[in-house]
Amino acid sequence: MRPDLQVIANLITPRARVLDLGCGEGELLAYLAERKGVVGRGIELDETNMLTCVRRGLSVRQGNLEEGLADYPPASFDYVVLSQTLPFLDKPMFILDEMVRVGVHAIISFPNWGYWRCRLELLINGRIPQAPNLPQSWWQAPRWQALTITDFARLARRKHYRITRQVYLTNGRVSPIHKAKNLMATTAVLQLESEAAPETDKSEGEDEEIG
Amino acid sequence: MAPELGIMIADTQSVGLVQPRTFTFAQDTPFPLESGAELGPITLAYETYGRLNAERSNALLIQHALSGGGHAAGYHTPDDAVPGWWDTCIGPGKAFDTNRFFVICSNVIGSCYGSTGPSSIDPATGRSYGLRFPVVTISDMVRAQVQLIDHLNIERLLAVAGGSMGGMQALEWAAHHPQRLRAALPIASTARHSPMLIAFSEVGRQAIYADPAWNGGDYYDQEHKPDAGLAVARMVGHITYLSEQSMQQKFGRRLRGREKYGYEFQTEFEIENYLKYNGNKFTQRFDANSYLYVTKALDYFDLASQHGSLPAAFAAATAIKFLVVSFTSDWLYPSHHSKELVSALTGAGCDATYLDIESSWGHDAFLLEVDTMTDLIGGFLNRLAENEGVRCPDAS
Repeated sequence: MRPDLQVIANLITPRARVLDLGCGEGELLAYLAERKGVVGRGIELDETNMLTCVRRGLSVRQGNLEEGLADYPPASFDYVVLSQTLPFLDKPMFILDEMVRVGVHAIISFPNWGYWRCRLELLINGRIPQAPNLPQSWWQAPRWQALTITDFARLARRKHYRITRQVYLTNGRVSPIHKAKNLMATTAVLQLESEAAPETDKSEGEDEEIG
Repeated sequence: MAPELGIMIADTQSVGLVQPRTFTFAQDTPFPLESGAELGPITLAYETYGRLNAERSNALLIQHALSGGGHAAGYHTPDDAVPGWWDTCIGPGKAFDTNRFFVICSNVIGSCYGSTGPSSIDPATGRSYGLRFPVVTISDMVRAQVQLIDHLNIERLLAVAGGSMGGMQALEWAAHHPQRLRAALPIASTARHSPMLIAFSEVGRQAIYADPAWNGGDYYDQEHKPDAGLAVARMVGHITYLSEQSMQQKFGRRLRGREKYGYEFQTEFEIENYLKYNGNKFTQRFDANSYLYVTKALDYFDLASQHGSLPAAFAAATAIKFLVVSFTSDWLYPSHHSKELVSALTGAGCDATYLDIESSWGHDAFLLEVDTMTDLIGGFLNRLAENEGVRCPDAS
């Protein structure tokens, strides 16, 4: 399984209700159903991926995220997952708001363009850096919005998302050190809640610390 | 005869020769209909394929569309030119796998393939019902099927599946008999018949009314039947089952058996010939009054109005797994109908899987996109059977 998916799977508690946005071939949901007895749902755009999900016995809706999420009542899931999709969304803020509405927790993973190699690529070579672990050039569809961990932290403060858990990966390995993560991490995995959600013990400090 | 039989037997994916069956009920007490009228006795014509397991838990009910019947797969005689209407999807190793499942298909009441309808003999008069047959609804059709499933001694169906009108029946089962099924598969269908659909139904009916041979529905003992009217109704229907793209692909602007325009009112274009041929062919197999009754049943179908809202219709169906399927080029039952249904199911807390299959075949796609359907439905049913612990019928 992709390293960030493994990190996400580890964050999710047994028998939780999980919605995976852009679930692909259903790798995460199938893993969670088998190992953690999770009741999963997915939303996916691609027909071939959909068919794989159905063969795996997963409940998946075909559709784009903008139209799919509105049907779910608030807090219908314990976790709503968005893995490696954030840079490709047309309306990232709308989706994030919907995630914290529909889920008690939202878990996102995204590539960090603040990674030192990305910075050097622009500084030394004068080229727009590809996302770490996401080898795609700027002219290819779907288009991406480059963002860094610091960018996301600023948005989280502005939108009053509370970041309750954070895991950083460097080239597929979980990095134990959080210092200078915006420089050293290639992927961020963050668990969010909306401010209205009940406070968990260590959320405050980390919210300040991130970035 | 012999070579055809040879071909049939060589086809290991065919259910082979099948036996039409009938079940009659409401002989003593008439069956109450949604309209308030009563009907009895009622006969349902049906067929079954595959075998029931010892627990009687592997039964699938297949629902036919407007012009279909209980003969969904296999052949009645070795001489049959064509198999049942969904033979591509029902059989060993097919979407509805008869190695694993016991498949039932019954003709709806009001139709003309052996179930009680306007062409049946009214016991009160000894003559065909004609328009004296009461108007029936999708709900009536399904409640009659419930009697059949009771008769077959099946407590709970593993799944109810159908395309078009068949999908409406699957939804009706889920909404009003939720404890009798584990899964519902509405394909290229809708939870409420739209005004456009009613409009097409009405054009078909008006074509039949306008045929003098229709004679107010009393034509069964006359020399001529309202074939012209029924053929036009079918032609309109056929247009709605295709798409602009599929018509372009199949016919284009090609002329039939000629190089140049004749500047006359003859059948010149291939598409004209296709419609005419299918219209006429239909009159040999379908009853004009049944066309009126079954289209009327379609038009009345609206699960939302019965319950105040669509999610409310499925409030009792949260234990049912849904597989909702639409086709991108289907403009008769467009994808947004299925999306609206999936939204309602989601809102009601139901478990719904939805796929909008890429296809250029229009509404007919549910009969033609066999590979994708086999993959999708086969995969869905296999996992469902696995999760429910449904065993294959014994090999004996």
